[in-house]
Amino acid sequence: MTQSDSPSYRGPAAKLRRIVSLVRKETRQIVRDPSSIAIGVVLPVVLILLFGYGLSLDVTNVPVMVVLEDPSPTATAVAAGFVMSPYFNAQLTTSMPQARQRMLARDVDGIVRIRSDFSRQLMLGNATVQVLVRGTDANTARIIQGYAQGAMAQWSVRQAAEGQPIAVVPVTVQDRLWFNAANDSRYFLVPGLIVLIMTLIGALLTSLVMAREWERGTLEALFVTPVKAGEILLGKTIPYFVLGMIGLALCVAGAEFLFHVPLRGSILVLTGVSMLYLLAALGIGLLISSLTRNQFVASQITLLATFLPALMLSGFLFDLRSMPVAVRAITYLMPARYFVALLQTLFLAGDVWPVILPNTLVLAGMAAGLLLLTRRITRKKLD
Amino acid sequence: MIDSIFRILALIRKELLAVLKDPRARFTILVPPMMQCMIFGYAASYDLNDVPYAVLNQDGGPVSYDLLARLDGSGVFRRVADLHREADIATTIDERLALLVIQFPQDFERRIRLGQGANLQVIADGRNSNTAGTATLYVGTVVNAFNSEWLSHNRQSQIGPAIQIDSRAWFNPNLETRWMMIPSLIGTLTMMQTMLLTAMSVAREREQGTFDQLLVTPFRPFEIMAGKAIPSVLIGTVQATSVLLIAQLWFRIPFAGSFATLYAGLGVFLLAAVGIGLFLSSLVSTMQQAMLFSFVAILPFSLLSGLTTPIANMPMILQYFTYINPLRYAIEITQRVYLESASLEMLIPDLWPLAVIATVMLTTASLMFSRRLS
Repeated sequence: MTQSDSPSYRGPAAKLRRIVSLVRKETRQIVRDPSSIAIGVVLPVVLILLFGYGLSLDVTNVPVMVVLEDPSPTATAVAAGFVMSPYFNAQLTTSMPQARQRMLARDVDGIVRIRSDFSRQLMLGNATVQVLVRGTDANTARIIQGYAQGAMAQWSVRQAAEGQPIAVVPVTVQDRLWFNAANDSRYFLVPGLIVLIMTLIGALLTSLVMAREWERGTLEALFVTPVKAGEILLGKTIPYFVLGMIGLALCVAGAEFLFHVPLRGSILVLTGVSMLYLLAALGIGLLISSLTRNQFVASQITLLATFLPALMLSGFLFDLRSMPVAVRAITYLMPARYFVALLQTLFLAGDVWPVILPNTLVLAGMAAGLLLLTRRITRKKLD
Repeated sequence: MIDSIFRILALIRKELLAVLKDPRARFTILVPPMMQCMIFGYAASYDLNDVPYAVLNQDGGPVSYDLLARLDGSGVFRRVADLHREADIATTIDERLALLVIQFPQDFERRIRLGQGANLQVIADGRNSNTAGTATLYVGTVVNAFNSEWLSHNRQSQIGPAIQIDSRAWFNPNLETRWMMIPSLIGTLTMMQTMLLTAMSVAREREQGTFDQLLVTPFRPFEIMAGKAIPSVLIGTVQATSVLLIAQLWFRIPFAGSFATLYAGLGVFLLAAVGIGLFLSSLVSTMQQAMLFSFVAILPFSLLSGLTTPIANMPMILQYFTYINPLRYAIEITQRVYLESASLEMLIPDLWPLAVIATVMLTTASLMFSRRLS
């Protein structure tokens, strides 16, 4: 008697039993396989620590040279204003060639130059201080320029307050950063990290594992058992789904307790939308592996189609509005885009329903569509 | 000696054939780096060219309209709403309708006319604090241009002379992130590929059992190493050149330095990257492990390279780690040669650590191979 002759493999109870044993098999495989541990556990932890402690876009203590070519008291006072500014780590010199050399050697990021005709210009009513920044890193250079403007404006306000005859600039920009008053880049790097980790586990790890089964023919071996295609997919999805949710828990815990990033929205909504994104990522991973059936190609395509977009095309680091139209059009196809909008809002702004609802709907649609498509493709290959 | 060279040449030929005859491998050598180069080139930028903003003008004087006209005419700012109540600010920001709200307080005009100076309130959506900060700095640039003109036209209302800042950026006058990003990709993309390629090629031989066959041939471990390393360096050079061509022909980023210097630096870097690939391959036994190890290694290497966030902003302990990161030096070399026209002599602080990494990695890998032999 073969097992398939017995009716015991029909019915929901048997179905459940098959799925449970598939899940158990898959879980064992994850626990035993160093590669799954590497991507599912080691990488997320490394990423959390790196993003939390290592990466920062906040520019502090900029090393600059202050070149004082004019020995007059006002010029010296202006130079002192820069040396004393908390934004800069300034060194005073009188030689422009020396400052230029330090800049070319990358010892300093900028030069503040007070030219020899500074006092003469000041007598005429309008003097300039030259600020030279190394433009190679444009973002940092812009921030340094802003600091220099601020230091100069503050200096003149202080001088005017002390009764010195210095004109006050007519308009000063007073900025207030909502949701992140201290301007800490961790506030958006750490929540954004969730999208990277979910993508790694959901898409990359799943596509690798599934492609390996195709490559080794173990999936065909499964097909001749009474297990149905849908059950195989479920058996594959559930363990990686759980692994992804563990990744989410790690990230949220890290954000809250290690890095003190506020979670202003509801944790239930956060869990819900993360589940949707994870399902979409799983769908992409399964789809790519079913289509390629080769680990190497699957990993390359998954990286290109999911991980890089999650990093570059999601609004996590780079502003989406400033991308060219063609690239922006692509971002609308990426589930990561909607997830990042949700993450940033839920962590920093709170439950803003006009942002949450449309993004969640798109994410849910994408997850459902991708999973259905995977289901179809896998069944077709079975026949 | 001559025999040894011939043997190495034969291995190189075999290696190149093995890579180039496989359409999948050909695909992964050229297509992903090119696509990544395009994606990074167009998407990876901290510069803004579309900043939606809303205005709450409680002053309504001519100065406020002058400033708004300057913002609207800048080509970057796009006014999406005119607010009338302070309470509208919260909704506008919360629902992401605008990135900035610019508020002119009631006595704005009067204070300026009296020479007391006025504050322009800029409220920014800090969900991505870097974007918000950049947008605020752009407002600052527009305001500064206004300030200089105002100061030179309205001498009579001033209490005294004015001191202004004249800012200039070296090497990248318009401060475009792309100018830094794409030259940096020459090193980044090449490193990902060469490391992976080297590790995979050894792992493939291991998996198929041909590595043991190689070990019983007259090849000495050193020759096997060279035969594995040189083809990867060659392929890496081709990839670096393709990125360099995209940077110059497609993105039209002007090349300030010397090609000879750039390639000299890249050569040392590629040896280091291949050395790491070989070292990884001596640790693994299957292609899958090789792939995963390379991937797990490349993430910290690229995140801690200064590509997306400056090294100077990192905590000291991670800055120490960057000293053993070949990508850090490669990015410095390409940026400095490409944009800052650095000479070979100026690059010595970057070149010697790379040479040390290459030597250590290649020697270790070679030792581990010969240990397998005995």
